[in-house]
Amino acid sequence: MTTAPAKAGWRFRQPSVIPGFGLTLGFSLAYLTLIILIPLSGLIWRSAALGWADFWAIATDRRTINALEISFGTAFIAAAVNVVFGTIVAWVLVRYNFPGRRIVDAMVDLPFALPTAVAGIALTTLYAPNGWLGSLLAPLGIKVAYTPLGIVIALIFIGLPFVVRTVQPIMEEIDKEVEEVAATLGANRFQTVARVLLPGLAPAIVTGFALAFARGVGEYGSVIFIAGNLPYKSEIAPLLIVIRLEEYNYAAATAIAAIMLALSFVMLLVINLVQTWSRKRYG
Amino acid sequence: MADPEIKSYAPHHESQSAAVTESRPAKAVLMIVTFAFLGIFLLLPLIVVFNEAFAKGLSAYTEALTNPDTRSAIHLTLLVAAISVPLNIVFGVSAAWAIAKFEFKGKAFLTTLIDLPFSVSPVISGLVYVLLFGAQGLFGAWLKAHGIVILFAVPGIVLATIFVTFPFVARELIPLMQEQGNGDEEAALSLGANGWQAFWYVTLPNVKWGLLYGVLLCNARAMGEFGAVSVVSGHIRGLTNTMPLHVEILYNEYNAAAAFAVASLLAGLALVTLVLKTLLEMRYGAELAATRGH
Repeated sequence: MTTAPAKAGWRFRQPSVIPGFGLTLGFSLAYLTLIILIPLSGLIWRSAALGWADFWAIATDRRTINALEISFGTAFIAAAVNVVFGTIVAWVLVRYNFPGRRIVDAMVDLPFALPTAVAGIALTTLYAPNGWLGSLLAPLGIKVAYTPLGIVIALIFIGLPFVVRTVQPIMEEIDKEVEEVAATLGANRFQTVARVLLPGLAPAIVTGFALAFARGVGEYGSVIFIAGNLPYKSEIAPLLIVIRLEEYNYAAATAIAAIMLALSFVMLLVINLVQTWSRKRYG
Repeated sequence: MADPEIKSYAPHHESQSAAVTESRPAKAVLMIVTFAFLGIFLLLPLIVVFNEAFAKGLSAYTEALTNPDTRSAIHLTLLVAAISVPLNIVFGVSAAWAIAKFEFKGKAFLTTLIDLPFSVSPVISGLVYVLLFGAQGLFGAWLKAHGIVILFAVPGIVLATIFVTFPFVARELIPLMQEQGNGDEEAALSLGANGWQAFWYVTLPNVKWGLLYGVLLCNARAMGEFGAVSVVSGHIRGLTNTMPLHVEILYNEYNAAAAFAVASLLAGLALVTLVLKTLLEMRYGAELAATRGH
């Protein structure tokens, strides 16, 4: 150990008396590279090797476009529904006291814990024409199972905890005095909620939306049972990847995966930008 | 000696005055919306699983679960979790030590990379291994020449499971260990402990509940993963079928009762996970990073 002042200039790491930096960082990087980075770069390498013309042909194939539209469209609608109801659920959990609140709160995490295939067959049974909910909706002319609406239902299930768990901690931090000030200044409750509370919650709501949306786009297990999987109509992009793989059409599977990955990274970037922006604006 | 009037004044400020809460009808509407939404989207699917599982009686239920294919699926699921979870624990602890205890360049980027598997579709998580180890894959010919089987076998399923469960332990431990700082370890080291002792007797007891929390979520996902495993498994009955895959096969064979019987085990696992998770949050909430939001 030296007491000399740290040398100015670039250094990879700050000095520390704690041992084990080389070992833990080395192991972590090696494991990360083997499990995540090499396989993912394999995907990028494969799609780059396709050549632009082939890639473009697969990307503009009607079935590919429809599958991507269905995946992104249904995920968007489901995330939007979750923003509305997820925010209400979070509000009720944070602000109201009622018996069983802790159980309801724990229940919100069910979609995280329940395997997607189980959710898939349960929702399908529920919304099938002879199911508990399907038989109620059938006389109204609403078909859910085996239609794109079914995909939306599955993605609402999957995405709900993302919105609630992102918004909830921010709601808990709201200073009650802000609401009191608004009320003192003559705002009614609706004005206080809409103009004082919601703007502060907006970044968390947007983040929750983006997380639910990103998860919904890639979701597979819970969707394929309820979707009906009709090409061009109710076939999601991840399923099309699986179908292309089963046809040994690695090129098409790779290209669709690369497009999805690129779009997901854009999403991730947007989430980070929103979070940075909100930190700047709301501290 | 305190003035009783001032005493009674203090809690008044905390009371829910009409100005800072909703009117009774508005409250009632929000509660009803919440219960209806959660009831339809969360509770009903859960009830359906158990209802369908026992639809044909208890004997059909036990018969479905003692079927050799089901039992081999249960064994495989336990085996895959028993390999992938410990590996991700070692990685999570190691990554958290490096990231939380030291300041170095590129730390934020490394943290982002660790979260990467969460933003990748499970199907793509399986696909990347097919592209590496499949017959047409990068190492396909070499593996075949040396008689090594990874794809459509247990190693492939384990790899895909590790991929999708990769961030769970690390992302729970990193913020927790960052918050706790280096003071305890530095004290241990100055008292003559070596690095390993400092980790084993100081750090680990400090983060044990957070670690357990991460392991719980990691295990639930490892046992329940469907998409990634489905792509690399090959769906060979009795050999490479995990429980979620077995549920799919039974369901597609119109054997709904058996499918839901196996599904009920997985739903039970989910419920146990939720209960343990809630207990950890109640008991050790202050020591968990996840309960404080991110």
